[in-house]
Amino acid sequence: MEGLDFSNKYVFPVHIGGEEFYITQSIISTWIVMAALIIFALVVRFSISRFKQVPKGFQNVVEIIGEVVNTFTISTMGERNKRFAAFYGSVFLFLLFSNLWGLLGMRPPTSDLATTFGLALMTFVMVQYYGIKTGGIKNYIKGFFEPLPFLLPLNVIGELATPVSLSFRLFGNIVAGVIIMGLIYAALPGLTKIGVPAVLHVYFDVFSGALQAFIFVMLSMIFVSNAIQE
Amino acid sequence: MEGIDGRALILACSAIGAGLALIAGIGPGIGQGYAAGKATEAVARQPEAQNEIIRTLLLGDAVAETTGIYGLFIAIILVFANPLINKYLSLLGQ
Repeated sequence: MEGLDFSNKYVFPVHIGGEEFYITQSIISTWIVMAALIIFALVVRFSISRFKQVPKGFQNVVEIIGEVVNTFTISTMGERNKRFAAFYGSVFLFLLFSNLWGLLGMRPPTSDLATTFGLALMTFVMVQYYGIKTGGIKNYIKGFFEPLPFLLPLNVIGELATPVSLSFRLFGNIVAGVIIMGLIYAALPGLTKIGVPAVLHVYFDVFSGALQAFIFVMLSMIFVSNAIQE
Repeated sequence: MEGIDGRALILACSAIGAGLALIAGIGPGIGQGYAAGKATEAVARQPEAQNEIIRTLLLGDAVAETTGIYGLFIAIILVFANPLINKYLSLLGQ
């Protein structure tokens, strides 16, 4: 059964205020992805003064990313909510890099429920905040008693189910990919481990990973823009 | 049932339960196939709206997939992080 353990392994413990916390594989992956994105952002920041009117090379890549994120935010949330492009663009880049992390044989940060649930909670808090801000606290509470007062429990459960389904969808897809790839690596004999799983990596890591990152960001945008319109 | 360790019985039943939980995969499979068929029809009728149709299809698929993911989640918990064993051991401890 060796090699068939898919748990998120502990790497080393840290002691904070007498409590013992364990740093897991996915936390270290998260740090590396964060470091890569921060370095990318710093490189863009320091080279922005040398950007020219006619883009080429590195500037082209940066402009494409910015343009795609902006047009997508406008088409999903409307022209008024253009300011969300910065936040959801960062979330999308983080999720994309996290999901592609499995290609390097490391554990993707999104295969830890804490990562995905944290991101989904941000959307949840934003939905509640904008629901109260645009409609007022009175309309916000009234919304829970519609269409009929006795549906209050259902409405509350439906509201709480949003972050749960949002995070479980991403987590479930990525973890399923990790487990299936692990099983295949364990089942393939000898030298067939080189090359053969590449086809499945294209599906589980590249296709599924990019699609799930896209869907997570798109659903979050729709939830938040619905809360703003109400 | 003589001679069977309680923990072994719990592990065996959890494995069966994990398999049963994945029956939840049937629903999203049928639903997504149906949605993909409808999307194909829509693209055949209006090829110029293909991008919009594919985006709507992916969004609908993601929502339809939720119940299947819940089933998968239960199966993963039962196989890799079984809470029933600990419950059994704590019952024995009393």
